[in-house]
Amino acid sequence: MSLIFDKSREGIGCSILSELDVEPVLFPEKLKRTKSLNLPQLAEVDISRHYTELSKKVHGVNDGFYPLGSCTMKYNPKINEEIAALAGFTKIHPLQPENTIQGCLEVLSKAEKYLCEITGMDNMSFQPAAGAHGEFAGLLIIKAYHKSKGDLKRTKIIVPDSAHGTNPASATMAGFEVVNIPSGDDGCVDIEKLEAAVGDDTAGFMLTNPNTVGLFEKNILKITEIVHNAGGLVYYDGANLNAIMGIARPGDMGFDVMHLNLHKTFSAPHGGGGPGSGPVGCKSFLSKFLPNPQVKEYSDKYEFSNSPDSIGMVKSFYGNFLVVVKALTYILTLGKEGIKQASENAVLNANYMKCELSKIYDMAFDDICMHEFVMTLENLKKEKGVSAMDVAKMLLDNGIHPPTMYFPMIVHEALMVEPTETESKATLDKAIEVFSDIYKKAMAASELLHEAPVKTPVRRLDEVLAARNPVLKSGDRHTD
Amino acid sequence: MGSYVPSTIDERNDMLKAVGLDNIDQLFSSIPDEVKVKKLNLPLGQSELEVRRSMENIADKNVVFKKIFRGAGAYNHYIPAIVKSVTSKEDFLTAYTPYQAEISQGLLQAIFEYQTMICELTGMDVSNASVYDGATAAAESVAMVTDKKRNKIIVSSTIHMHVLKTIKTYCEGSGVEVIVAPEKDGVTDTEALKTLLDETVAGVYMQQPNFYGIIEDAENLSELTHAAGAKFIMGCNPISLAILKTPFECGADIAVGEGQPLGMPLSFGGPYLGFMACREALMRKLPGRIVGETVDLEGKKAFVLTLQAREQHIRREKASSNICSNQALCALTASVYLSAMGHDGLIDVANQCISKTRYLANELCKIEGIRLKYADKEFFNEFVTTCSIKPNELLQKLEQKGILGGYPIDDGILWCATEMNSKDQIDELVASVKEAVKR
Repeated sequence: MSLIFDKSREGIGCSILSELDVEPVLFPEKLKRTKSLNLPQLAEVDISRHYTELSKKVHGVNDGFYPLGSCTMKYNPKINEEIAALAGFTKIHPLQPENTIQGCLEVLSKAEKYLCEITGMDNMSFQPAAGAHGEFAGLLIIKAYHKSKGDLKRTKIIVPDSAHGTNPASATMAGFEVVNIPSGDDGCVDIEKLEAAVGDDTAGFMLTNPNTVGLFEKNILKITEIVHNAGGLVYYDGANLNAIMGIARPGDMGFDVMHLNLHKTFSAPHGGGGPGSGPVGCKSFLSKFLPNPQVKEYSDKYEFSNSPDSIGMVKSFYGNFLVVVKALTYILTLGKEGIKQASENAVLNANYMKCELSKIYDMAFDDICMHEFVMTLENLKKEKGVSAMDVAKMLLDNGIHPPTMYFPMIVHEALMVEPTETESKATLDKAIEVFSDIYKKAMAASELLHEAPVKTPVRRLDEVLAARNPVLKSGDRHTD
Repeated sequence: MGSYVPSTIDERNDMLKAVGLDNIDQLFSSIPDEVKVKKLNLPLGQSELEVRRSMENIADKNVVFKKIFRGAGAYNHYIPAIVKSVTSKEDFLTAYTPYQAEISQGLLQAIFEYQTMICELTGMDVSNASVYDGATAAAESVAMVTDKKRNKIIVSSTIHMHVLKTIKTYCEGSGVEVIVAPEKDGVTDTEALKTLLDETVAGVYMQQPNFYGIIEDAENLSELTHAAGAKFIMGCNPISLAILKTPFECGADIAVGEGQPLGMPLSFGGPYLGFMACREALMRKLPGRIVGETVDLEGKKAFVLTLQAREQHIRREKASSNICSNQALCALTASVYLSAMGHDGLIDVANQCISKTRYLANELCKIEGIRLKYADKEFFNEFVTTCSIKPNELLQKLEQKGILGGYPIDDGILWCATEMNSKDQIDELVASVKEAVKR
């Protein structure tokens, strides 16, 4: 469909502002831009219809099943949105005097208290705006900790080869050298490899538990002990917390510092790729390194406080505050019973789907899974030439958002499925039927899968053209 | 208790049975008993009505100011109704990052349009799909220009303190040395900058308008920077770009900024929007998502996430940045805002900011003991005055009258006016200030 710029017409616009009621002041010409400003001029109805048309070509959680592994695409409750839209939150300037922002500070303080209870951490900062941002902050905390002890030789962060891509990228940004260790055949941390990798140059070890193949690391206490004995700290990637809320806590497993994704586990919507919120939490011995400012609760008021040992600021102000409001609303709604029930049902849904699908598809690992599981289409690829991508694209024609593809990298032709707890058995049964149907088609007429999708607004895209010859704004042209 | 689980107890039992288990606990048998939660100290769940009351009570503990004369990095602008209407659409709101392009064309096109608008505002060749906020955009831009040989960045002391702090934090990670160039009369001290520039400096970061609201001589700073072989980075207020010379025209290599003024409410500091744009030569160093145009297998025009070889999910530790989630919905907000304002409307907002701010400054300076701290400078929507009494004392008196006055800095106050401040409101503020400093 045409771009909004192509719908622009001279002489049309929305009537928004009032007339200027003071003497007009103009800047001298030498300060002014000479380049024309090509912003669209449209009537409000045309803007509204443009975006409504665009929105129809987007698949959100509200449009259907979204089992995108590692992304926890659970339902986003509507009450959260209404609360986050209260004027008492949206119309607050971040630099208002503390006596006029007691409500905002209460939100941050309560969210910190509850999330620390759920994770077993002692303090938390909401400044990081997303999971990867929280990782970065957490790694800087690890760096600051070793530095504070005068231990400057700890320059390495160990990461399993199954880790989320953000883990090694964040470690590099924090100035560490990344040491990848291969996972064991069971998809879990290889204890011997870990033991061999740690040493007096180990700053820390990053892990998500359940790990990225959807299994709980049974040896978790051993793992954290090995790292601690070597003098390193253990980082928990909170992307997969949805499996264990109210059941087990990273803090009790020996993790020292972690982040959460409030836009995953705590039901805030993803917004098409953000804004998220990636609070960084830690044990008390690391609290003084958290980003500034911190919120302190006193008997009669809340106040900001700044730690001289802090890693500093990782962002302006206090993070994506409204996302924290949504997460707090969610926690208050579910409460201690609901939080646990959410995780139980996330794990139940995953196991049910896995069990049913394993009658048809190969699973990367056979054990009981946590909130997600990984299928491997390696044999299907070998036998019928049907790839994980082909199956994913056919799911699109069936109104289902595909699972995460080709991740984790340790599984060939991987599809990583995370149904979440907010899907009914009926939805799962329907999806299982679709998967099974696709398998039959793969067996009988595999070319159909290579063709898919056929019902979507566009078919498969030429990604090579896009990257080789980038057209990144209106007016750019492919040159060959 | 609230719950969003849509299965009945019977259905759950059926599923358990299908898995071959008798009870839920068996699903968690791989978790060692030592780490199992014995007691979860959280309040009991609540109904929607109860939650609404609890959260409204909390919100009521904040003071919502109707008269705001404070900016300092977060600006009170009018948000057209169409903005919220579009950004509340569930498909946009609840979608993930558009990895599956075939079912994400609407979102991808919206981001492509956003990238185009950011390039229009900044004059730059390429924009990414957004980063977290203006401060992280600044910090990421530093990473774009530094390398082993040029491992220092010079930052003007006239930038926002949070941006400086964020740059310093990021540079602590990457080992880049941050040098703060001093200011003179409220603007970057060019003579001092000259002495700081050498072949180890990767870039210079400045803010336009600067923290004091003053329009700096960006072209001169750009020339000095380039003469030393370094890259020039500008942090910009996007509304001001409707009128001011574009960063491209000023010679900047990278333009970044805080996009909050483009339709995002104050929201106690976030979610906001970091925009980043650069010249084509730096395209492959630009972090974050980028949407590009392509065709589908039938030759139909389409959009897709592109240049992903830069990104963490492909390159892992060799990625240009770790960014994964960005601020997509805020980018959409900015696009709808810019569409609603249009070319004419955005220029109007900018002109109203300039005019009202000048009016406010003139009126305030008629009061004895209050004068512009930096005279003879052009300013956009902020300026600094001296104050004959303690700034906080004055501001408290204003607060009692329901006015959020300027932001106290050192011995002065940083005032801000936008199109939201009517002449009557400005006159009321000035009268209140007059009364407050008199006593």
